[in-house]
This record gives sequence, C-alpha cells and structure tokens, in this order.
Amino acid sequence: MASLHVLANPARFRRFSQKVLPVLSGATALVLAVGLYLALVESPPDYQQGETVRIMFIHVPSAWLAMAGYALLAGLGAALLVWRHPLAALMARAAAPVGAVFAAVCLLTGSLWGRPMWGTYWVWDARLTSMLLLFFLYLGHIALSRAYDDAERGDRAAAILALVGVINLPVIKFSVDWWNTLHQPASVMKLGGPSIHPAILTPLMVMAAALLLLFVVLVMVRTETEIDRRRLDAAERAQ
Amino acid sequence: MSGFTALLARDLRLVWRRPGDVMVVLAFFVVATVLFPLGIGPETNLLARIAAGILWCAALFAALLSLDRLFAADYEDGALDLLLLAPWPLELAALAKCLAHWIVTGLPLAVLAPFMGLLFGLSGEGLAALGLTLLVGTPALSLIGGLAAALTLGARRGGALLALLALPLCVPTLIFGAGAVEAVATGGGFLTHLAILGALALLSLATLPWAIAAALRQAGE
Repeated sequence: MASLHVLANPARFRRFSQKVLPVLSGATALVLAVGLYLALVESPPDYQQGETVRIMFIHVPSAWLAMAGYALLAGLGAALLVWRHPLAALMARAAAPVGAVFAAVCLLTGSLWGRPMWGTYWVWDARLTSMLLLFFLYLGHIALSRAYDDAERGDRAAAILALVGVINLPVIKFSVDWWNTLHQPASVMKLGGPSIHPAILTPLMVMAAALLLLFVVLVMVRTETEIDRRRLDAAERAQ
Repeated sequence: MSGFTALLARDLRLVWRRPGDVMVVLAFFVVATVLFPLGIGPETNLLARIAAGILWCAALFAALLSLDRLFAADYEDGALDLLLLAPWPLELAALAKCLAHWIVTGLPLAVLAPFMGLLFGLSGEGLAALGLTLLVGTPALSLIGGLAAALTLGARRGGALLALLALPLCVPTLIFGAGAVEAVATGGGFLTHLAILGALALLSLATLPWAIAAALRQAGE
C-alpha cells in the first residue's frame, strides 16, 4: 500500500509510467499476437457453434474487464474521497471510457454471436440486460465527471456516483435475474453444459491476459494525457 | 429533530404557496399514461396486461421530472450554505428534503395511479396493488433522484444528466414494483415482491442520505 501511495504524486507517476509503459506495450503486443493466433488459427471450431465460437475469445474477457473496470472506478473513487488521492481522480477519468468501451465490445460481440446462434441480435436475457445497465452506469460516470467547468468537482461527484453504483450493482444483478425468470423461462441457452475443453480454455486465458494488459496500458497512457491536460489548464489559468 | 421538521415544513410551505409545480408533475403523469393507449391501440386485454409497467414507468419519469429543482433553489440563493454550516447533521437535511419531495410527488402519484389504472382496465386487486406498491416504492425513487439531483448541482445539462444517472439505479425498484402488480394478475407471489420492494426502499433510506450529504458537501466547497 505504501508503494502505491508513492505514486499518488502525478509527477512521480509520470516518471514511473514512462519507464514501465514501453515494456508493458511490448508485452501487450506480444501476448495479443500469441492470443489471436491461438484463438483464430490454432483452436478448433466448436462442434456445435462452428467458427462463431471464436467470438467468445474477445467477448468473455471484455465482460470480465468491463466489470473489473467498474470495481476499479469505485476503488479510485474511494481513494479520492478518503485520501484526496490526486492521481485517483485523473486515473478514474482515464479509466471510465476504457471500461465503457469494453462493455460496449462485450455487448456488440455478444449480439453478433447471438444472431447465428440464437437467431436474434438481442434477447432480454438477464446477463445481457445487466451488462447493458453496467454500460449505462459507465455513461453516467463519464457524463458526470465532464459536466462541470471545475474539473475537480466533476471528479468528486463521479467518485460518489461510482461508490453508490458499485453497491447497487449486485442489487441490479439480482433484480434483473429475478425479472428474467419471471418474464421468460430459460428459452435460449443455459451454461452448465460440458465444462470447457483445454483447447478452448488456453486461448481464452491468453486472450484474457492480453486484453487485461491492453486495459492497463490504455489506462496508463490516458492517465498521462489527463495529467498533461490538467497541467495545461492550470498554466492557461495562471496566465 | 426540530431542524428536520422545520426544514420539512418550509419545503412543504413553499410548495403549498405555489401548487402549480406539483400540478404540472401530476398532469405530466396523466398525459404520459394516456399517450400509451393512443400509441399502442385500444385493445383492452393488451392494455390491462401492460398497465403495471406503463404506470410504473410513467410514475418514475414524473418523479424524476420534478427532481432537478430539489436542491437547485437552495444552491442558488445560498440556503444550502446555511444548511452546510448548521450544527446538525446534513444527512438529516437531505432526508427532510427527500421526504418533502416524496410527500408532494410520490404520495399524490400513488393516489392518482389507481385511477389511471381504471382506464387501462386493471382489476380491483390490481388497482389496490398498484397504489400500494407505489406507496412503498416511491420513497426509494425520491432518494435515488435526490442523490442524482445533489450530484448534478451546478452541472451543465443538469436535467438530462440527472435522468441518465438516476434511471439505471431505479431499475430494481421498477422491476419489483411493476412485478408486484403483475404478480396479482398472474397469481404469483405478490407479498414476496412487495417485501423486496420494501427492502429496497429501506436500503435506500439507510444508505442514500449519507451519499446525498457527501454530494451536497462537495457541491458547497
């Protein structure tokens, strides 16, 4: 924890990220290349889903990252409100759109997969609906953090929203599950068939690692940008 | 407690002197619900089937519509600064404001909604269930909306932003509120739905005043 607090200083974070980013970017490119090769070439087509199963290698890690991203926002929000952590605000501002994009990618790939498999782009399945609501929560966070002329007010308001949102997420998930079982009994497909075969699982985990690295790199680059932008604003105001 | 009642009485008095603000919200609710049969068609069975969802959604929109002024007037004329300086918990002030909002919107909506339900051909039990669920559920809407109103104080595009923030958080209340009314029609567990709805309202009551107070503090800084 102490080592994390050292990075609370934006300038120190910048020096740290400038050292780390080239290595991380290289690693991302490498793992992503390996993952894509495994997912698109090496892994066998599914006996039922055929080639469309490959969508899952993007879809599932995106879902994980979208959820983890919101947890990150809430953690950063707490750090901002409790410790007035100056970097947390900038990082939350940087991370929210990245998380939203992963949620959107999850929804889009899911509906592209649903068209050949379920015969429809969208069903009001509980998982789909809760991911859609998570996407809306991201949109609210992004809009709120940028709605003020005074950027720091937007940061703090968005931090409170992220904390309330993360408490609400399980409640939303629970109620959407309930609503779904009420309105339409399991008509589409249920998980819990045969467990995943290693030939599919390995590329999935490599892709998950690659997208996680990509998430970290994007957030770091965007945080650097936010630091620069904040400095520019301060310099403009000083004139 | 005297500060709480004083603030509540002040907010109610303000509304009492300008009842138009509340009337507009109720009129919006009536007009919005009447538009649905016009858009969907006058088929009675279909309307009775979807009445619960429509009336709950319209009540949700009506409650949100009136929320952007909840703290804005106090923020602009400086009353909020006095509340921030006052030697009693800001959480109580937030609760008093939300309670006042509920009394002038949630309560009338719960009374009015069964009459609108008549137009949709809801059964007698359905009408009673609709009024009861709105009575139990609207406090949660007032509190969630109160948080959104406090967060968007002084923001650009306040009104639309408020709806964007509040609507996803209102989803559980909507699901169990409309679900309870439907459960009456389909013979499902009405009491289960109502109990969960009550639990949601109590959860909001136990947590959101603190979040609203935090939002008001950062608005006053």
